[in-house]
Amino acid sequence: MSQDQKLGPSPEQVLYANILNKGMLLGLVILLITFALYVFGIVSPYVPLDELSRYWSQPVNDYLHELDIPTGWAWLGMLGYSDFLNFIGIAFLAGVSIICYIAIVPTLWRQNDKIYAALAVLEVIVLTAAAAGIFGSGGH
Amino acid sequence: MNQKSKLMAGLLGLVVLTLCAGTALASGGGTEAAAASGMPQDGSPWWYWPIILLVVTFIMGVIAVLGGVGGGVLFVPIISGFFPFHLDFVRGAGLLVALAGALAAGPGLLRSGLASLRLAIPVALIASSCAIVGAMVGLALPTNVVQICLGVTILGICILMLTAKKSTVPDVPESDKLGSILKIYGVYREESTGETINWKVHRTPLGLFLFIGIGVMAGMFGLGAGWANVPVLNLLMGAPLKISVATSKFLLSITDTSAAWIYMNQGCVIPMMVVPSLVGIMLGSFVGVRILKVVKPTFIRWMVIGILAFAGLKALSKGLGWG
Repeated sequence: MSQDQKLGPSPEQVLYANILNKGMLLGLVILLITFALYVFGIVSPYVPLDELSRYWSQPVNDYLHELDIPTGWAWLGMLGYSDFLNFIGIAFLAGVSIICYIAIVPTLWRQNDKIYAALAVLEVIVLTAAAAGIFGSGGH
Repeated sequence: MNQKSKLMAGLLGLVVLTLCAGTALASGGGTEAAAASGMPQDGSPWWYWPIILLVVTFIMGVIAVLGGVGGGVLFVPIISGFFPFHLDFVRGAGLLVALAGALAAGPGLLRSGLASLRLAIPVALIASSCAIVGAMVGLALPTNVVQICLGVTILGICILMLTAKKSTVPDVPESDKLGSILKIYGVYREESTGETINWKVHRTPLGLFLFIGIGVMAGMFGLGAGWANVPVLNLLMGAPLKISVATSKFLLSITDTSAAWIYMNQGCVIPMMVVPSLVGIMLGSFVGVRILKVVKPTFIRWMVIGILAFAGLKALSKGLGWG
């Protein structure tokens, strides 16, 4: 049982941590740069800044309807607007765990840790399905 | 009054003042006239609320570290209670705030061996799947119902914080069958004593079962779920406190990811809310870690419980249409 455990993290845990660290930093940098482009008006937003506060107190359905904002991954087609540019960093931060899980599967498999390899694959499927919008996209 | 007390009194005063100013502005007169004239509903310039959000989330970040809670659990009730943003967007931002905090802390906790990937993987699979269900249910329910449930949950968290005990290294005589099959055990060095501690878990099936509810609540309310993760991992499953706290924090990076995608795909993410909140909480946490050395944790804990109770009652009254 626990007696055969070594002090310190396992190889897959270190691998996960390293990818998470790089992904998190990259995501934050992207987010801060795109937000600067947004608030300093370097790139024009889809919703003008001085109109935004008129909509953020409404339920999401009304907000989307009144501003004619598409849901799901449709923001990829609106990257010409600075407010939608911010979604690159947000999506990256929300997606980094999927990359970490994919990366540890081969290590777990090589260690003959098939249960955890299967659990990791299942987690990738769950997170990817959530990210893909399989569970719905389009407000209430 | 010594320096620590002055610092804390000042911090508390600032929170209360900011919240009062926010409430006054958010519910202030002239709303209809402003809306009709095409001005922002509270008449304030566009940068006003994002800056207030940055200041409040900075203070929240400090208090969260000092009070030993996640930023998400403070964010959702306070911002939804006292700011003009709709609960849909607050929950989306709350999840991303909790997610960013967990992503920032995760690598260090994993490398130090305090967060256990072996413990997190099965738990995360259940919690993240259920967080999707919670997010979908939360977005389908009427806002006032979610607001009432949020208020009740926050008040429940206060009771949990007041009554739950912690066990530094729980006594786990033997690992259960599932825990053994999953090989959920480990070893870490307790720096304060220099002792090497072997740990294992028991009551694994019940623990995993409880993460169904934790995941649903995390997704439904956009709360980080550290307040529930730690008692289950520590008191029920018997993981040492440090392992439980670290694994819980890391766990949020997975649980909140799945729910955050649902909110994002449904359009509940406004960057002008998310980025100031995220920066505020992260800077606040950074400062909080430094203040932690000079303040009395018990006082902060009481302060956090007080703020949460206030925010919980506010959420409840909003849901019931009283405020």
